[in-house]
Amino acid sequence: MANIRDQCSWVHMHEHEAATEKAKDLVRMAVAKARVIEPLKRVSLGVTSRGLVIGGGLAGITAALALAKQGFEVDLVEKNNELGGFLRKIHYTLENDDTEEYLKTMIDNVYSNELIKVFLNAKVEHVSGYVGNFKTTVSINSGSDVRRELEHGIIIVATGGEEYQPTEYLYGKDSRVLTHPELENRIMMGPTPKFGNVVMIQCVGSRNNEHPYCSRMCCGEAVKNSLKIKEKDPMANVYVLYRDMRTYGLMEEHYRRAREAGVIFIRYEEESKPKVAQTKSKGKNGLQVSVFEPTIQEDIIIDADLVVLSAAIVPSQENEKLAKMLKVPLNEDGFFLEAHAKLRPVDFATEGIFVCGMAHSPKPIRESISQAKAAVSRACTLLTKDTIEAEGIIATVNPGRCTACELCMLVCAYNAIEIEETKRGKTAKVNSALCKGCGACAATCRCSAIDVKGFTDDQINSIIVALR
Amino acid sequence: MKNVEKGWEPRILAFLCNWCSYAGADLTGISRIQYPPNVRIVRVPCSGRVNPYYIIKALQCGWDGVLVSGCHPGDCHYISGNLVARRRFAVLKDLLEYVGIEPARVNFSWVSAAEGGKFASVVTEVVNEVKALGPAKRLVKVRIEWKNLKNR
Repeated sequence: MANIRDQCSWVHMHEHEAATEKAKDLVRMAVAKARVIEPLKRVSLGVTSRGLVIGGGLAGITAALALAKQGFEVDLVEKNNELGGFLRKIHYTLENDDTEEYLKTMIDNVYSNELIKVFLNAKVEHVSGYVGNFKTTVSINSGSDVRRELEHGIIIVATGGEEYQPTEYLYGKDSRVLTHPELENRIMMGPTPKFGNVVMIQCVGSRNNEHPYCSRMCCGEAVKNSLKIKEKDPMANVYVLYRDMRTYGLMEEHYRRAREAGVIFIRYEEESKPKVAQTKSKGKNGLQVSVFEPTIQEDIIIDADLVVLSAAIVPSQENEKLAKMLKVPLNEDGFFLEAHAKLRPVDFATEGIFVCGMAHSPKPIRESISQAKAAVSRACTLLTKDTIEAEGIIATVNPGRCTACELCMLVCAYNAIEIEETKRGKTAKVNSALCKGCGACAATCRCSAIDVKGFTDDQINSIIVALR
Repeated sequence: MKNVEKGWEPRILAFLCNWCSYAGADLTGISRIQYPPNVRIVRVPCSGRVNPYYIIKALQCGWDGVLVSGCHPGDCHYISGNLVARRRFAVLKDLLEYVGIEPARVNFSWVSAAEGGKFASVVTEVVNEVKALGPAKRLVKVRIEWKNLKNR
């Protein structure tokens, strides 16, 4: 392939002539390789028709149930001592769905499903194998450490995200400063309190230097909880201090409802963040929020009874370790990076591994559910097959040139090469089931005895000399 | 190197590994980040696939600079191919310097699939450095036309 769109026209948009010359060169190089390519023999491999789901939050549970519904056995690995993940902290949605009830039903369904095996307090320690035939070691900590070896054909990564623990706005120092999940707990527990003046601050820990991305669900959360407060205590005053209201899609309707219900939205700019301070007057400890409103160019001061922070969603700290084990990439923010945002949105570049939920990016409940189902339907395209054809890109040895010096064995990361005794003496031999086709051996060989199918010396050489 | 012909532009050959740097170069395009059009990209499975011979061959064929880019250490799709490449490259670079190739002509970098911006800046840097050096002539093989020799 001559990669002209992503690696030429889009990156040289203002240099028409030079880009055209480059495109011609790229075509020449592709043709030079095409002249010497040979058909690749694909090796047929069996498929273990069993799935592994890493993470027992909403996305993981949804994926496990969907896989089981398709008739496949599933191992569901959860690091905590209960299923549910982040959803445990949420009690209702913007659309007023009862998430507690939903989660409870889902978890019951998981435990009553014979096809699903749940491992709690479990961590993935090691992953080996390849599409269709993965082997994963899981350590289960329940009093004593137990290790289990799981075999499966696909992996779904659903490890979720975490809530940022704010250090700003007196959080942790004043009990009247809460995060949204804490506020929800307070709303759901016992008789409804009088809320008084509630100030919500958006983008706490999001869209800054440390976490430049938008956490996407907090605007919806703020609208949701301000509507709930207004419903429980119509006399309460709710102020939402925001940078941009991002109630995208149908959430916009609820934003409008909140404004109609009397919730006051006040914009602030990143350079002049709101200030929260403790005050003391007439022996009463107060909490005061001041915010610079850019339209009227003045500070607005609110005496608050409660300050609620929309804390960012941050990637799980274990992402890095897991990404290395699975050989899949993370994006610059630390979330798992899909193979292609539009063409392969739930796949990794590595075959047989898929991603869904907040492991991929912060997202609301409904999006996590649909992404989990998408990941399962992609996984089923593999699991429904008896055999799959493995990549034919593997190393081959020309025994006539091999001196059995064993340098290739030293650099092979998969122990796929061994020395074989033949009638004509010793020679290296590649195990085609183990070889991944990286070519480290071929580039190391002093005698050019090893070549990689699909990327042969002849083919790469043809590209190098094509423009001479 | 002073009498570089006017309007000369360096030609750089880049070997990018399939899993990180090649995907990173695609992301540069998807993000519409611009870089100089002097680079021609060759996709290889892994930076470990790049035989030192390819780099020498490229210089012989008149490429003015070479870039090899792979996954970050520890992130190699093939576990350790990029580390093999790094060791091999360090030796090659010393050798090339010994025979008179300026070190800035042969470059090695790590670019992940998420680093579209970094790929653009690596290419820009390499192009600028090679541009400052002028055309590579040290290893270029001149084809001898036997026919012409006989006629003399």
